[in-house]
Amino acid sequence: MELPLLHLALVGTPNSGKTSLFNALTGSRQKVANYPGVTVERKEGFFVTPQGRQVSVVDLPGTYSLRGRSPDEEITRDFVLGKASGETVPDLVLCVADSTNLRLTIRLLLELKRTGRPMILVLNMFDIASRRGISVDVERLAKELGVPVVTSIAVRKGGTADLLALTDEISARLAAEPGENSWRALSVAELRATQREADRIISDCVSLPSRPDTWTARIDAIVLHPVGGLIVLALILFVMFQAVFAWAQPLMELLQSGFDALGDFVHATLPEGLLQSFLQNGVISGVGSVIVFLPQIIIIFLFILLLEDFGYMARAAFLMDRIMGGAGLHGRAFIPLLSSFACAIPGIMATRVIDNKRDRLTTILIAPLMTCSARIPVYTLIISAFIPARDVWGFINLQGLVMFGLYAAGITSALVVSFLIKFFMLRDYAPAPFMLELPDYKMPRLKSIAIGIFTRAKMFLQRAGTTIFSMMVLIWFLASFPQPPAGATEPAIDFSLAAMIGKALAPLLAPVGFNWQIAVALIPGMAAREVAVAALGTVYAIEGGKEAAEQIGQVLATKWSLATALSMLAWYIFAPQCASTLAVIRRETGSWGWMAATFAYMLVLAYAASLLTYNVAVALGAG
Amino acid sequence: MTDTHDTRREMPLGLAKRGYTGVIQHLSAKDASSALSDIELESRLIELGFVEGARVEVLHEGLVGRDPIAVRVDNITIAVRRREAMAIIVA
Repeated sequence: MELPLLHLALVGTPNSGKTSLFNALTGSRQKVANYPGVTVERKEGFFVTPQGRQVSVVDLPGTYSLRGRSPDEEITRDFVLGKASGETVPDLVLCVADSTNLRLTIRLLLELKRTGRPMILVLNMFDIASRRGISVDVERLAKELGVPVVTSIAVRKGGTADLLALTDEISARLAAEPGENSWRALSVAELRATQREADRIISDCVSLPSRPDTWTARIDAIVLHPVGGLIVLALILFVMFQAVFAWAQPLMELLQSGFDALGDFVHATLPEGLLQSFLQNGVISGVGSVIVFLPQIIIIFLFILLLEDFGYMARAAFLMDRIMGGAGLHGRAFIPLLSSFACAIPGIMATRVIDNKRDRLTTILIAPLMTCSARIPVYTLIISAFIPARDVWGFINLQGLVMFGLYAAGITSALVVSFLIKFFMLRDYAPAPFMLELPDYKMPRLKSIAIGIFTRAKMFLQRAGTTIFSMMVLIWFLASFPQPPAGATEPAIDFSLAAMIGKALAPLLAPVGFNWQIAVALIPGMAAREVAVAALGTVYAIEGGKEAAEQIGQVLATKWSLATALSMLAWYIFAPQCASTLAVIRRETGSWGWMAATFAYMLVLAYAASLLTYNVAVALGAG
Repeated sequence: MTDTHDTRREMPLGLAKRGYTGVIQHLSAKDASSALSDIELESRLIELGFVEGARVEVLHEGLVGRDPIAVRVDNITIAVRRREAMAIIVA
């Protein structure tokens, strides 16, 4: 007889190695989604026990208690209590502990026990504990806690064998004896009493050497040095950006030429007509223009996951806390904002680590101001067409200087906006506390990192396949219909809905120096900012669009004034039009209002910056 | 000054310099001008291991205003702002 699916839930404090245990158990058989109604990532995986039982395991967000002080922690609590909507009550809860650091987990476990769910305590990273001379009387611990205890080394092959065997053994006698749930939120006194109880049990069952991790102390002496630490952080960021922009380039070009070749193939195979145009211009070049960013996304997540696994991310937050605090940002906002340089989408998703709602909202609102890589094609196109490649002061490349200036303008405006949000909207609000565990350093495990990158790449591709694809179809439709009359000599896009919208918008954009062609290009740019480049190529000559796109820089140099070009650069520092980012903001804030607010404020900033730039440039004679 | 080995003067951890070592005497959330309510602050501090009797050592300080601080609490390291550390009375 086939036994029903066994439901496991992984619970543990942050840094307990929960995720590496999850990866060890399930490998790549993982499903990442969101819990309904909230923006907490739901990670479920599947495996089969040695005795052939099918198991589903959910990796719940890390927490120090069941009080639920953030959406993440509420999920963990509700899930364990069986109150999470649409979720099965777990048959068995695996409470995961870092064996080198049992205090906080044992306290959590004592609290978890009150829920009456069957439970196993998993002493993870047991090898590291043994190496440091920590010895645990596992049998006694199990007796004191009244919970089965098993050791595991998630990162080693076969390191979870005992856990699997115990799961089989327990699930066999998981009769219908639902435990009594006597959990309720603990008062401060109870919390303190539980911690004392935990400390008593630990002193009875665990012998700790007075030998702290010397490696961690040695690394921290440099990495957390007030000045040296910031230099190390700057170096790491430098390497990271170098990697994102330089190493990804060949791969991106490869992908781009792959999509071009596919487009050409479709062009050559299919008869001239709507289907051909839809596949080549709508589907392949549209989705392709987003998928070329996959190498950058993979590289940025490689760095983030490596630094996170190593234990550095919490240190970065420590170093940046006060510096960012001046602008009303939380130290933890540093990582999301950093990711936003690759793409605001992973950045906004990464704001989930900020537990205070208002801090998180501020970070989400300013993340799109970080110069994402989609702006780079626009910047490089305009810079190479209009800014001379000469040196200033003998050694600084002027084009590079302008590029740097655009990045700096993005960062500065983000800080100013954050400050204004704090000042005007959240005035009654004192900064949320910064309290964070700085875990001991650990060697990152390649397998765990590979799985992490794989799931994120999959999410990105799924999004490219759904949201972005449908946007692309819409935009292709706007740019293709109505069809030009027979014998028309102007580019087909001139007759389209996009052109009508563009021409209608043109008077509004005239004060910032944009002609109607730019207005039209801004519409497809909604799908992804860099598509505006291709769209400009299309507007200026849709026939032979590809060659034209390559020479687009030369075309622009003859058709635009310098003032218009600079105005366009200023516009793109803010450039509110990115449908995917707006869609993610809507999802992460759960509100159309905040999405509209983001769009509106960025639009106002873009318009104001362009207006200023254009008029100053004209006044200086660049019109 | 009665600052001897046996009876050290009580002080908030939020005022401690780098290298300070001591033992937590009690928590006094009302002494910290934290954004959190007293109960919430006290709960969070306990959840991170700041309980009476725990040994603490200030390991690192931030650059701006020597804030935040990295504190060794028994065998883990916690980063906390001085504002919140004012609630932790040590000696």
